Amino acid sequence: MDNHIIELKVNGEGYEVSVDSYRTLLEVLREDLGLTGSKEGCGMGACGACAVLLDNVVVLACLTLALSVEGKEITTVEGLAKGEELSPLQQSFIDHGAVQCGFCTPGMLISSTALLMKNFHPDEHQIQMALSGNLCRCTGYVKIVEAVKAASEH
Amino acid sequence: MENKTYSVIGKRKPRKDGIAKVTGDARYADDLKLPGMLFGKILRSPHPHARIVNIDASRAKRLAGVKAVITGKDTAGLPYGDVDTSRYLPPHMAGEVPDFPNVKHPLALDKVRYIGDEVAAVAATDEATALEALELIEVEYELLPHNFDPLKAMEEGAPQIHDYAEKNICSKIFWDFGEVEKGFSKADLIREDRFTTSAVTHTPLEPRGCVAVFDQTGKLTIWSSTQSPYMRRQQLSKALDMPESSVRVVTPFVGGGVGGKVCSCEPDFQAALLSRITKKPVKITYTREEEFTATCKRHPMIIDLKTGVKKDGTLTAVQCDILADGGAYVFTGPVVLYLAGAFLATAYRLPNVRYSGYRVFTNKMSSGAQRGHGAVQPRFAVESQLDMIAEELGIDPVEIRLKNALHPGDTTANRFQVKTCGLKECIELSAEHTHWKEKNESPVPNHGIGISVGAFISGMAIPPHTSSGAQVKFHEDGAVTLLTGVTEIGQGSDTILAQIVADELGVAFEDVRVVSSDTEITPVHAGSYSSRGTYWGGKAAKAAAFDAKKQLFEVAAGLLEANPADLEARDRMIFVKGSPEKAIPIRGVVLASLMEGDGNPIMGRGFYKAAADYVNFETGEGNVTGAYSFEAQVAEVEVDTETGKARLHKMTVGHDTGTAINPMSIEGQMEGSVSMGMGQALFEESIMKNGVILNTSFVDYGLHTSMDMAKVESILVETENPDDPFEPKEAGEGTQVATPSAISNAIYNAVGVRIKELPITPEKILKALEEKGK
Repeated sequence: MDNHIIELKVNGEGYEVSVDSYRTLLEVLREDLGLTGSKEGCGMGACGACAVLLDNVVVLACLTLALSVEGKEITTVEGLAKGEELSPLQQSFIDHGAVQCGFCTPGMLISSTALLMKNFHPDEHQIQMALSGNLCRCTGYVKIVEAVKAASEH
Repeated sequence: MENKTYSVIGKRKPRKDGIAKVTGDARYADDLKLPGMLFGKILRSPHPHARIVNIDASRAKRLAGVKAVITGKDTAGLPYGDVDTSRYLPPHMAGEVPDFPNVKHPLALDKVRYIGDEVAAVAATDEATALEALELIEVEYELLPHNFDPLKAMEEGAPQIHDYAEKNICSKIFWDFGEVEKGFSKADLIREDRFTTSAVTHTPLEPRGCVAVFDQTGKLTIWSSTQSPYMRRQQLSKALDMPESSVRVVTPFVGGGVGGKVCSCEPDFQAALLSRITKKPVKITYTREEEFTATCKRHPMIIDLKTGVKKDGTLTAVQCDILADGGAYVFTGPVVLYLAGAFLATAYRLPNVRYSGYRVFTNKMSSGAQRGHGAVQPRFAVESQLDMIAEELGIDPVEIRLKNALHPGDTTANRFQVKTCGLKECIELSAEHTHWKEKNESPVPNHGIGISVGAFISGMAIPPHTSSGAQVKFHEDGAVTLLTGVTEIGQGSDTILAQIVADELGVAFEDVRVVSSDTEITPVHAGSYSSRGTYWGGKAAKAAAFDAKKQLFEVAAGLLEANPADLEARDRMIFVKGSPEKAIPIRGVVLASLMEGDGNPIMGRGFYKAAADYVNFETGEGNVTGAYSFEAQVAEVEVDTETGKARLHKMTVGHDTGTAINPMSIEGQMEGSVSMGMGQALFEESIMKNGVILNTSFVDYGLHTSMDMAKVESILVETENPDDPFEPKEAGEGTQVATPSAISNAIYNAVGVRIKELPITPEKILKALEEKGK
């Protein structure tokens, strides 16, 4: 089996992990690093629950091979808060009722974090576009879009 | 809308689990890991109907890393069911509730009944090995004739799917209320139409999953993504032939359910069996494909509806014949058939109602419970047809609904006692907020507006669970823990129950923590289905908090030299009414109780027993819930006549919530209901060909994204019950009941085509436009 020792940088911390070449970033995050915040909703890149930031760009961890991200800055939902201080987006999701079952929430937060990095004041349509790769069954997206809008005005 | 008599109830409080969920700290079943844990996989039938002749698992068992391979022979051979009523009645009540045969086994014993039926299960040290082992299991099948068509299920010579079920009838109902023929004879107009609905898949974002572990004493603990731990415990105890007290079902965070995680199509059974054999923890998580192919669907129905009406729009009689495609197993079938009939007329004053319902077995994945259980399908028919009638009579759709709407104090034909009813307000407000009149007077081409109404229950009284318990205990620092059986699946039950407890005890919302859904610890509760969490669980929590408060007051009365009856609790203090200077912190009272006197810990207990009749499947009569919710919604759509695509721009929903505990949470439920209802109206259908479900991914299934979602305006109508001021009605299901029909009516209003088959896809609209143009 094609096994490699690589160094991953996740949420500012370095991890040395031994990975088989076929393993996805999502598997390594969840199983090897214990970072279970990123979720597997479909395993085929359709739901966005596994979204993480790779050098501040959204990627789907279930479609990304762990070997391919060595040396890059990976940010997961666990890395969004500074210590106990939630990011404005995280706080806004709570304040606006944008969280229900919570399974899509990590991916939604990652996608909206990426949006607000490049577009400080997105309009509603731009927010909907940015979240269109993240599925949610509970909320109908209404309060999620509101929460992102409110955070951008923060 | 905030209620002034409450301090925490009625406030837009943030979720109790908000921080856990935005930081990734919330752990769902698949996030759990135990030492030595094995991974389970299920081998499923490739045939729609076949007898199992032989299973050879020897090669699979020899594969390195495989710890167990089990088949039906390794089970207790005992079936379990979702509507297993009689087994849980006390002996002296035997026979009071009908029995439904249990037919589901964790693994097929002798034959398979749909493509996806469970045949064998494997536990291995890793997932890849488990999958590889599945390939090595050799199953010899003898193929049997199959049937996918519910219309043919009852025909002579149709393949018999279950030996006990004559003509493949799972359950049937025939009710005749009032004088139906007389009602039709008085009608000036009678319409007869056929409507059909599709197989909708629940698609909670979290696939079903569990971790099961047996300890050395033979006790099973299972962390399951179920909506109903107590029901699951009963099913597991039955399937594994164990006492209920030896099974502990705990829910970790649950990633949505929308009805599907009530049904017994979860991997809990196989994981538990594998754990019992291997003596190791076993995890099984469904793939998304399994979610689409091997979990229950909303019942597709064929609905023949005949309605009589007078010239002025007064309804005189309804006759409805429903054929529900049940698929291979029972699941919640009898209940859905009951609800479809019961909600046929609930919303309107209609004394003459005749209903016949059949649920038949076919060789497909089973149908089961889904948000708006049984009410969505007939409501689509009733509300679509009512608009057709209104048009023929030249009456405004809003007016015809107001004319027939139920009033507070009404009793329906099937003996539902409607104590409070805000339906009229819901209709009027949703019409007013959308400028119904103006929009109808000056229509815009290809834009349409449509209204629909609905009603729902706040928890149905059906054995085995007809009551709900709660406990409230005080900590030394004055904080409180509520123990409740209500399962938090994302709907926000922990939060609203904490609000109710905080309000009753006069402590802060932040002081209350909630432990929910652990059969070893939390009091019995049916689970999060039939919309009972807020009403049943809320009343139980309030009663438990009241009991704890009573204990506090007894201790405080001694300290304050006052009568307990003269005390009140607020702002974390206990006051003597009318003497604000005479007060003591609650924390001080708790400590006094522990440290002085008899050392009594302050622990309250409370319960709610459904003030309702048990469901009577045979007669259909009886008041099955304590409170009915009502809703009206107005859809505004635009139809692209080139592509046939209908787009919902806005939905305005008026919902009778009774006592609204948390408006933000209720809005979230209404928005989610509109979203799911819109999916069912326009996009969603599990498409099957030759017994194979073809669209088994989110993309192929068409779960809509934020780009497709409509604006939602939520109007909360807080009805008040003078006999019961605390009446928090359901808010999680009822809204969806009316969504597909509101959208359908708006599409007709926009382009003049009436689609009677859900979902209303672009193909159907284009075809109808083409025929209309001929």
